[in-house]
This record gives sequence, structure tokens and C-alpha cells, in this order.
Amino acid sequence: MAQEDTNVIDQPEVLRHKMVTIEISGKKYEVPEGITVIKALWHTGQEVVRGAGCLGGFCGACATYYRTKDDPKVRTCLACQMAVEDGMSFTIMPPFPARKALYDIQSLKDPKQDLFNLYPEAPLCRNCNACTEACPQKIDVREGVWKAVFGDFKSVSEMFMDCVMCGMCTPVCIADIAPNLVALYVSRAQGAHFTEKPQGLDLRIKEIQDGRFNDEWNKVLAMNEQELADHCATVK
Amino acid sequence: MDIHALQQIVHQTRDARRKQTIPKFSPADRDQLIHKYHPDYRASAYRPIRFGPNADDKTVVELAALLEGDSSIPEHLDLTPQYTADVLVIGGGGAGCAAALHAHTSGAKVILATKLRLGDSNSVMAQGGMQISVAPEDSPVTHFLDTLKGGHMQNDHELLKVMVEEGPSIAKWLIELGVLFDRQADGNLHVKKGGGSSKPRLLTCSDYTGLEIMRVLKDEVLNQKIQLLEFCAAVELLSDDNGQCTGAIFKDLDNHRHVIVAAKSVILATGGIGRLHIQGFPTSNHYGATGDGLCLSYRMGAKLDHIDTFQYHPSGAVYPEQLIGALVTEGIRSEGGHLVNAKGERFVNELDTRDVVSSSIIRECEEGRGIRTMSGRIGVWLDTPLLDAEHGPGTVEKHFPAMMMQFERFGIDISKDPVLIYPTLHYQNGGVKIDANSETNVKNLFVAGEASGGLHGRNRLMGNSLLDLMVFGKRSGLTAASRAGSMSQGKLTLNHLKRFRAEAKKHGNSSGVISPMILPAYTRKEPERTATK
Repeated sequence: MAQEDTNVIDQPEVLRHKMVTIEISGKKYEVPEGITVIKALWHTGQEVVRGAGCLGGFCGACATYYRTKDDPKVRTCLACQMAVEDGMSFTIMPPFPARKALYDIQSLKDPKQDLFNLYPEAPLCRNCNACTEACPQKIDVREGVWKAVFGDFKSVSEMFMDCVMCGMCTPVCIADIAPNLVALYVSRAQGAHFTEKPQGLDLRIKEIQDGRFNDEWNKVLAMNEQELADHCATVK
Repeated sequence: MDIHALQQIVHQTRDARRKQTIPKFSPADRDQLIHKYHPDYRASAYRPIRFGPNADDKTVVELAALLEGDSSIPEHLDLTPQYTADVLVIGGGGAGCAAALHAHTSGAKVILATKLRLGDSNSVMAQGGMQISVAPEDSPVTHFLDTLKGGHMQNDHELLKVMVEEGPSIAKWLIELGVLFDRQADGNLHVKKGGGSSKPRLLTCSDYTGLEIMRVLKDEVLNQKIQLLEFCAAVELLSDDNGQCTGAIFKDLDNHRHVIVAAKSVILATGGIGRLHIQGFPTSNHYGATGDGLCLSYRMGAKLDHIDTFQYHPSGAVYPEQLIGALVTEGIRSEGGHLVNAKGERFVNELDTRDVVSSSIIRECEEGRGIRTMSGRIGVWLDTPLLDAEHGPGTVEKHFPAMMMQFERFGIDISKDPVLIYPTLHYQNGGVKIDANSETNVKNLFVAGEASGGLHGRNRLMGNSLLDLMVFGKRSGLTAASRAGSMSQGKLTLNHLKRFRAEAKKHGNSSGVISPMILPAYTRKEPERTATK
């Protein structure tokens, strides 16, 4: 049965037959082919505190630079989502000191104009496209920055729904923009200021306040265990 | 055999399966199935806890050892605090952020401490959505009954009523903070149907619901300038002469120093236990899900509830190797995805509760109808291409972008080929027993979110976790903050630890392990030597 064969960490037994040589922060190691970059760190005996979070590709803690054999191109990945291969070289990206603007999202008067006060560097994009190339989530980051500047907050919020805030778009920006932080501001503003208020939700809150469900509650909460079980069974 | 050859049966049987309706199990059949196949009923995995507030209660051996474990703190430690707060929140996930924000908004001085970064949590990975009864045909009472049924009637009624009734106002709060829930054409909230629910009730942000909520809450914690202690792991709580909670001791993971925080109230929002790999299961949980809050509060005398029951999410990836344990969202089944065995047959109503679906998958595999991988894993197919067949090409890509990307990285197109899945350790159904204000039986010690117990009974319903985090994060934060004005900071002692150690000694000493675990021991300290070339 599956769970009984399972080594707690991963699957090195099956993969041990093929080892590959990789370079971690400039030092060579041999690791089983195909394990993830983060597992390669554990495998080579490194304690990981910074550089690991959800291990599921959602939190952006393990933003990593890597290069494959003989290819000069340095690419980015999330270490928990990338398999190692022979000749690969990588290093985990240290936290980058990008500036996050502080704001009270609800009290903004003119969020589209406020963008230029909070992030005055946002309109200075020089179109180099490095941010888009750096994004491990394949977001068209450069396009997003321009859309933010032109006030198309809705498109930005849709484009950046995939953003895991790994921040790989920030160190490459020659205009010192932190695109992920700009997009986060824009998305929150879109949600808080430019999205229709859901009428049904307000109605439901009022119904609860007005006690519309009280009779039903009284009936249900007065039931004994068996009656309640029988009643639950009727809910289809 | 090549995986594509094995997948053929799924493609071949798709049209025939689409005409089928699989009835849900009767209550009697369902109980029988669960008792036979659910990991919660594997007696050899359990043992009684020898001492402490839950002495003689059974739990899994991995957790029992930690609960009976010793503290790393010597009794003579200098307890002069480096920091002082009205409310100390431990944990930076959904419950921790919600607690900190509400306490802060009520005027309390808040410190949020977390062992990794702010936001590193299971919350960020929640894909399925958040259950809130906003649809006209739905009601909080129906939400209550569905949850009760899913929890095998074992849920704490008071906690559950609070959660379902406060749901809609939580949605409003999140929307005002800028969370972008999916909408209908008329601007109302779009609701999806989740496993075990009688009405569509899941609010979603495509398949990034947890990520979207956490992006916003983290940003708000920063905007509100709430004091953070990141990379600080809680290693012990502090108590006064009356046994009330008065603060905590942390280990700074960067410099390994002890950090003492004095607080009028402490809110533990430390999450679950997936990284204990109970019964050897892989897990969908984040790196720090090691049950720290359970150990800390147990030593302090807090009673635990339902700690013998865990949720094994039906669909953890089995292939490729790199994704083992990673979650394949239940949303796929919500939209009609079939579970298919090696013979090309469906074997369970895919929208039954998680414990039922998981038990059925385990049954199929144990009875020889599973599909094996080269590494000795076993699983059944989840027919993802069916969604495109059913709702039109592009459906999988449009509704499940996160999952598409996750598999694409390994050259797998889930809109074309089914994925192999097996249950993965996902959630701790029980936890520290709390009241409706999220407080434990230890005064001024609150527990919120997955670390708490009672609300979900013996099986949490899909989508109820995100709501749990928000509701009880809020209630703990507000209650703790409201007390701060009228109380003074209590003494900082380790009296509870002395008591715990004395009791351990009486029962043949602690288990020999130091708890909490903080992080799983994945680092190989002595990698084997490989031949030089």
C-alpha cells in the first residue's frame, strides 16, 4: 500500500539510481535526478529556514535564480516547483529591500490618482520587459505596470491574480519599480473602490440582524440528537 | 506501462460515465466504509496519551509523543521581557492576521510573532473557496446542518452557529479591504457547490481564494504598522501564579536567542500538523505545520478536543514525483470531475464528504483497482479533461489556472490528460477546545483557526476552514483587545512547566522528544558519499 512504502521526506529510493551534479550557490553537489530544488537543499544537508514556506507554489518564499547546463540565460523559478537536472546551477534569492507604500485602502479618495503619490516611480517604466521575463508565474508584468499607470485597474487585478508575491520582478527593474507591490495596491483598490457592492450580501446580513432565521434556529437547536440527525438527513 | 497507455481507459470510458449517476452512500454504508478504510480507524496508529489534560484519550502516536514531550526551556531562565503587548498573536496565517487586525482596530497594542514570514501558512494555499450562505435559496441554518452532517454530528453547536451567522459580515469585511471574490453578471457574489454541501455556497477568487485573501490581509497588517516578530518560533508560554496566560517565550531562528514577550492575552493561531506525516502520509501542508500550538497549550493545561481525527484530502497528487502530496483542488470535483479506477469505473459520488471519498479511494486501491507508479505509489484517476468535454474547451485553464501551471511545469497538460491522485494528510479536524470567544479553559489563552477544535466535529466540510479562520480570528482578537484596558500585565512565571514536568515524572517521564517541533527534520545531516569521477 502506498502509505506504507512512503519515505517521509520524498522518494530518493527510486531515484537514487541516477545522480546528477548541480551547483548550489557556486558549490558542486550530487543529488538524485528529478527532486525539487528545495529537496536538493535538504539532500545536501542545508538547513532551510528562510527560503521555504508553503511548499506548494503559492507563497513565494522560495524564489530562486537558476541556470541550466551551458546556457548563459539566468532564469527564475519557485524552488518547491522546479525539478533539478544535470548541470543546473541555482541560488535562492535573498529578500529584496523593495519599498512598500503604506496606505489606508478604505479612505482613499481618488485611488487612480493616489497611485502616483504612493508609487511615484510607477510611470517611469522604460519598457525593458525584464520584469515579465523574471516572473515565474508567467504574468505579463510590464503590461500590468502600464495598465496600472493608465488606470485600467480591472485588467491589472485579473492579470495579477496569479501573483505569489515572490518579488522576482523587483531586483531587475531599472526604474526601481516594485511591480508586485504596485499590482497589489491596484488590485485592492479595484476590489474596495471599483467593484459593484453585492446587494444579496447586504440583504443576507440584514436578514440575520433582523432575526429572520430565528424560528428555524429555535426549532433546530431544541432538537435532541436523534431528531437532529433525522433532520440533517432530510437536507438535500 | 507508459502512463499515457494507462490513461487511455479514462478517455475511452468518458462518454459512458457522463451518463451515469452515482448515488451517495446511505448513512449505514457510509459508516461501514469509513470504519473499514479511513486512516482514523487504523487502531495500530493510535495510543493513549499518558498524562496531561487529555490523559488516557487516544491520538496518533506522532502527536502523542509531542504532547508528552519536554520543553526546551530551563526552569531558571531569565524572564525579563524584551517586548510588551496587550495582545500577542502567535502565527501569521489567516487566523493570526485576522486576530491581529481586529485587536489592533479596537485599539490594543498588538505583536504578531511567526516562525517563518508573515503569511507563510496553509491559508495561502486554500484553493477551493470559503463557505458563506449568501445565495437567496441558502441560509445560515442550512449551512449549520450541512456542516453538522459532514462532521458526523459531533460539532460544537455554539461554535458552529457563531461561524455560520458571522459568515456574511466577514465577506463584507474582506470585500471592503479589497478582496476580489468572483461575481455573477448582476454583481452579486458567485457561489459554487462544494463537497458535502446541499447548496452552492463557496465564495471563490478563481482557484486562488486563500492566496488572494492572504495577499490582502498581509498587506493590511503592514499598512496598520502592526509590530512583527518574524522568524521567531514560540517555544513556551508564560503563566502567572493563578495559571493564567501572560506571554510567551520565542526562539529567534536567526540568532537562536530567546525572546520573552509579556502580554495580557495570547492568541495561538499556529495551524495544523501535516508535517508530522501521520501514518507516513504525504501532506498538502506548509513547511511549518508541526502542531506547535497544541504542545504549548497542552503544557499550560488547555484541554484538547477531537484530536484523534484528521482529514485526508481525497485528491493529493501521486504523479509526478515532485508534486506528491500537493493538493489537486476539490473544485475539479465540484465542477463535475469523475474519480475513475484502473478499470475505468466510477466508484463514489465525487461530491460526498471528504472522509467518504478518501475512504473509497483507499478501498479501490486496497482491493487492487488502483494504478501504481514506478516509485511504488498507488492512486486512482481524476478525470480533469472531462471538464472541458462537459463545459467547453478552455474550462480547466480558465477555472483552475493555479493547477494548470503547477502541472505544466512538469510537462503535464491536465486539460488533456487525467491526473493520478491518492488521499493526502490535509487538516487537523480537532485541536484546542475553545468557547465562542475562541478562549481555552486557560484564562487569557485564546486559540483560533486550525489549531482549535470542536467546530468541525470529526470531519471538516470543504470551504469551512477559511471562514473558521476569519470568524474566530476576529472573535479572539476583539475579546482579547476588550480586556486589555481593564487588566494589568500578570507575572511571568514557568509554574505551569514545573507542574507539567512533575506530572511527566510521575508517569515515567516525558516522551523523550523536545516539543514543539518548529520545523520538520528534512535536512540530511550525513549525505552518503558518492564515488568521485
